[in-house]
Amino acid sequence: MLVIKDLYAKVEGKDILKGINLTVNAGEVHAIMGPNGSGKSTLANVLAGHTNFEVTHGSITFNGKDIFDMSPDIRAKEGLFLSFQYPVEIPGVSMVNFLKTAVNEHRKYRNEKELTAGDFLKLMREKKAMVQIDSQLTNRSVNEGFSGGEKKKNEIFQMAMLEPTLAILDETDSGLDIDALRIVSNGVNMLKTKDNATILVTHYQRLLDYIVPDFVHVLYEGRIVKSAGKELAIEIEEKGYDWIKKELGE
Amino acid sequence: MEDQNKLIKEVTQRDYRFGFVSDIETDTIVKGLNEEVIRIISAKKDEPEFMLEFRLKAYRRWLTMKMPEWAQIKMPVIDYQEIIYYAAPTQQAKYESLNEVDPELLRTFEKLGIPLEEQKMLSGVAVDAVIDSVSVKTTFKETLAERGIIFCSFSDAVKHHPDLIQKYLGMAVPYNDNYFAALNSAVFSDGSFVYIPKGTRCPMELSTYFRINAKNTGQFERTLIIADDDSYVSYLEGCTAPMRDENQLHAAIVEIIAMDRAEVKYSTVQNWYPGDKNGKGGIFNFVTKRGICKGVSSKICWNQVETGSAITWKYPSCVLMGDNSIAEFNSVALTNNYQQADTGTKMIHIGKNTKSTIVSKGISAGHSSNSYRGLVRVAPKAENARNYSQCDSLLLGDTCGAHTFPYIEVGNSSSIIEHEATTSKIGEDQIFYCNQRGISTEDAIGMIVNGYAREVINKLPMEFAVEAQKLLQISLEGSVG
Repeated sequence: MLVIKDLYAKVEGKDILKGINLTVNAGEVHAIMGPNGSGKSTLANVLAGHTNFEVTHGSITFNGKDIFDMSPDIRAKEGLFLSFQYPVEIPGVSMVNFLKTAVNEHRKYRNEKELTAGDFLKLMREKKAMVQIDSQLTNRSVNEGFSGGEKKKNEIFQMAMLEPTLAILDETDSGLDIDALRIVSNGVNMLKTKDNATILVTHYQRLLDYIVPDFVHVLYEGRIVKSAGKELAIEIEEKGYDWIKKELGE
Repeated sequence: MEDQNKLIKEVTQRDYRFGFVSDIETDTIVKGLNEEVIRIISAKKDEPEFMLEFRLKAYRRWLTMKMPEWAQIKMPVIDYQEIIYYAAPTQQAKYESLNEVDPELLRTFEKLGIPLEEQKMLSGVAVDAVIDSVSVKTTFKETLAERGIIFCSFSDAVKHHPDLIQKYLGMAVPYNDNYFAALNSAVFSDGSFVYIPKGTRCPMELSTYFRINAKNTGQFERTLIIADDDSYVSYLEGCTAPMRDENQLHAAIVEIIAMDRAEVKYSTVQNWYPGDKNGKGGIFNFVTKRGICKGVSSKICWNQVETGSAITWKYPSCVLMGDNSIAEFNSVALTNNYQQADTGTKMIHIGKNTKSTIVSKGISAGHSSNSYRGLVRVAPKAENARNYSQCDSLLLGDTCGAHTFPYIEVGNSSSIIEHEATTSKIGEDQIFYCNQRGISTEDAIGMIVNGYAREVINKLPMEFAVEAQKLLQISLEGSVG
């Protein structure tokens, strides 16, 4: 589904990613861990197509297509979803209007008929129940005045509405209390099928208690320096990242 | 970034979508302005003597006045002798049914989306359509008449209700108020007249659609709304004009009088031709709008969405005379390309416990200039006057300008005046967030800007709100920096 080959990228002239290689197949959950500043969020943003990040080398294919040929909205409509670390507020734009536009843009892209207002609201009710989001949130403007936890829940709710094939969750666990973490993880687990895949970008192993990854990768100084199964996350939780740095001879 | 800039350029330079010209026979008089022309206009309209005197008085005053130069706008000198001051469709008789109306005219209405057809009347909008100065068809007049409501063209009102005209004409905007008010008072051709009797709630939105069609014609319409004690009316004004290379002058006057406990809501969606992307052509829009909250506990509310005109010079104002009267001004003004807008309001507190609210949202894109100019004055006798002003500016791109000129004059120490102002840019992060949900940059900007203007758009009647939203989308989606 996703193949990243020898990817280099920079932000404001500074090299951040220095040769990333990663393959994600349908049905898989990958966790990307790593110390602060290792390039985790950069990788997520490069995948989504943020223009502040400049790719200088390498390739990414998504469902067999070159991702660099696609603008961010096309990538989204191709099924790539990014759950933002810091979702922005859009004052005055209602969640309903925002999501209805988003869902219908996806449908148009797939040559499907746009949802009527009635069908859309029905879908929204179903998905709200599924991810246990407070009804009140969807009556407000996009993320406006939401608490940190509400913003994250709202991201997962949008993911449920858009049913992506590849979901990238950027630090979705940060700022969540234990109940919110459980709700968010439940949502992610429920949306998991054999046809889609998830990339979890996280600092902590805690999230991985709830969403069990098939692979754990450690990103350090712009490269994936270690990949293994879920046991790697536990080892990191116990020992930190220093032993990996040592292994690398630093 | 580069892509985005390209898109901004592409979208903000989109052509005006209402630039069609209707091929309708018009009866025009020779261009130029002098007393003779004013006498001809008055004669053509078969006006009583007092109207001609009013016009001549205004004209003589105008001759002594100078074009105001304090506004934040740049413009060429207007040659008033090059303008035709009267143009009317030649079929002047009022029609019994729509079948008799020039089909070309009907098509114009259709393009404008005016609900003149019988079936559309059910939608509950009474329309007084003004094309090049003469009111062509007034719908719903009879339904309204049953309740004693008068809604007709200004000329009809002069003919049939001269007493009301004589009493109220110039009460809110005196003929010598300012340069353009004097000009309008001298040459105004037509407009709308509304009278709501005591204790009557107007059962539908009243609407006028203005359109400047003929070449080189200035449009000088005049609207007078009188709401008697305990009455209510909501009035809608929409404007478009065909695309022409030369600039056209539009100098209108709107007067509102609200008596005891009366409420008047006046909503405008202004989409005059703004000129092309190089700043050629477009309407010069110099409008004087003023309401008087004459009675106790009366209320006047101005709502406006301004996206058109090459130059907009407009300050819908309220004089709060009656004790406990309330005034509101809610505005969205959008400028793009080389448009210039200097707009705002004046709130003059005279009565006790009067309250005014100002919400102004400016949006600038391209090379445009957008200024808010507002005056809040509290007279010495206005005990406990209260004003809240909020002026927000949104900038799209780095070649436009936004300015705020608030004037506050307080003569009574018991009053409370608040003024808040913000300036912001559309965030790239907001756009990216929308992109990531599958929404194109163009649509995202339309959405974000509409969200920014929501507070004001929500004040508009439903049909107008939808139109306003579309206009904002058309006029500025894509303009980001």
